[in-house]
Amino acid sequence: MSRTTAPAWMGRPTPAVRVAKAVALTVVVALVVFPLWTVLATSLASPQNVIADGGWVLWPDEFSFDSYAEILQGGIISRALLVSAGVTVVGTALSLFCTIGLAYTLSRPAVYGGKPLLLLVLFTFLFPPGMVPLFLVVRGAGLFDSYAALVLPFLVNVFNLVVMRGFFQSIPAELIDAARIDGAGELGILRLVVLPLSKAVIAVVGLFYAVAYWNRFFEAIIYFNDQAKWPIGTVLRQYVTGGASLAESSGELAATSPQSVQMAVVMLATLPIVCVYPFLQRYFVKGVVTGALKA
Amino acid sequence: MTILFRLGTAREAFDVSMTRVRGGTGGASPPTGKAPAPPEGGRPRPGHLRRLRADRVLLLVAAPGLAYFLFFHYGALFGNVLAFQDYVPFLGVPGSEWVGLAHFERMASDPLFWNAVKNTLLIAALQLVFFFPAPLALALLLDSVVGDTLRRFVQSVVYLPHFLSWVIVVALFQQVLGGAGVVNGWLSDLGVGGVSIIGNADAYGPLVVAQLVWKECGWATIIFLAALSQVDEQQYEAAALDGAGWWRRVWHVTLPAIRPVIVLLLVLRLGEFLSIGFEQFFLQRQSVGPEAGEVLETFVYFTGFANGDFGYAAAVGLFKGAVGVALVYAANKVAHRLGEQGVYKA
Repeated sequence: MSRTTAPAWMGRPTPAVRVAKAVALTVVVALVVFPLWTVLATSLASPQNVIADGGWVLWPDEFSFDSYAEILQGGIISRALLVSAGVTVVGTALSLFCTIGLAYTLSRPAVYGGKPLLLLVLFTFLFPPGMVPLFLVVRGAGLFDSYAALVLPFLVNVFNLVVMRGFFQSIPAELIDAARIDGAGELGILRLVVLPLSKAVIAVVGLFYAVAYWNRFFEAIIYFNDQAKWPIGTVLRQYVTGGASLAESSGELAATSPQSVQMAVVMLATLPIVCVYPFLQRYFVKGVVTGALKA
Repeated sequence: MTILFRLGTAREAFDVSMTRVRGGTGGASPPTGKAPAPPEGGRPRPGHLRRLRADRVLLLVAAPGLAYFLFFHYGALFGNVLAFQDYVPFLGVPGSEWVGLAHFERMASDPLFWNAVKNTLLIAALQLVFFFPAPLALALLLDSVVGDTLRRFVQSVVYLPHFLSWVIVVALFQQVLGGAGVVNGWLSDLGVGGVSIIGNADAYGPLVVAQLVWKECGWATIIFLAALSQVDEQQYEAAALDGAGWWRRVWHVTLPAIRPVIVLLLVLRLGEFLSIGFEQFFLQRQSVGPEAGEVLETFVYFTGFANGDFGYAAAVGLFKGAVGVALVYAANKVAHRLGEQGVYKA
């Protein structure tokens, strides 16, 4: 994966090829970055700026944080951000706890009942529960209007489980045997040998869970009667992709423009992901590919 | 979900089908029996109770995760009996009237259902043609970038959209392509005003596939990049000595070498043909109307939750799930067959 110089046989690409490649790469990067950039720029622009540019802004005349100030002064959006943050932290911790436990057991050879249990789990991937039956189970468990409805139905993800199990299996058996000879029990082996060696995969799987919890919006629509409990995704849908469209901008000069406020909401929903992303990015290939390919 | 998801579980699912094939000739034999495993080394296996006791700590560690699967997945599996009931919420499953296959008969003659099927198949076909090859092309481009730093930078950028929610992606597309959006602004500056892409029923299929490419294409390259890094360098060298240029090396060395991965992913994609996603379509159905925007999953949601027709919605969901399992199973069979020909080693 890592070569910094081209091997001798490759030969120098012709200038035309190099230009074509550079153009292609630039276009790809621009296509990804551009939408995010206009959202950021629009959220930071003054209302006059937004109207003058016809609803979107490429570069704000002057940076204004009024839109952020407006939605962060304790309204429904501030609350939704707190709800999402809480659900994400608690959910990720619980999910990691359950996933690590299950993956560890299923990764050990010849555990009693290991094979049938593995099939039991994998079958759920083949036949996911339908939307309506899952709804009945959640309602039957009394999770209406409870934040647990955003966490418990998604506690363990089969893909994450398989990735983690694959990683655990790649830990040399000699290490585990050595620990056992030194007198460690199963939990001791997990805590002292397996977990310290698995930081990469735990980081990646933790990120996957965290992102999933942070992005969850649909469940709040069907399980919550109380809109005050909505997480940020659901609020975002209501304000941005739901009824209120970006089309019409009113001529009046308010302190903030609707576009800026909407884009500020989009930014706030995006920001946490963009913030943790660079720190975990280096683990992706290591964690995912080793886990998924070996599984 | 991502293509990776499919790959990771594919092999497991594949093994499952293999054990079934080997497991027995009878139709209803369980996937794996405890019975056939012969004791190793000729010594008798310790009794069940003993082994249970020996592994009790491990099983205890696994218990929370298992409880989750039993409750939320297998519990929900039983909830599918709704499909055979005229379900009334306050009577519950025991109190509601059994209607046999009535919901399925209704499905067969329901034009709204068939409209959803049509839209689902159309979008799935578009996804297959335009989304499937995109990550491969991007991976080939990225792999041909020699500088490590540059390649890592581009990878970091293109992976990012995978982590954004569909709500954000749809909002971004509205901002760029919507009525007051960027592209429309440019077009009216050029004097070509008012091309509506968002909310245009004719453009819905291409739009949702474009969104999928934007969101997932970069992430889906991971698996191709991993496969590309495994290609034998000596083959390139030999090909280059024989005078093969870049294109010929790609065609005669790279593509054959990663063919197993391509075939596997393709087969898996076919196996999940009806699973085109829910949230993306749920968010945008309203803007184009159900005629063009309804897919099977949104049909389940709107019949069940908006119209309160739970039994019928459950029947449609069960139908989709059953077809999905059949497709996955058939796809596994195909993979198996190709495997025997040496494309994929089982």
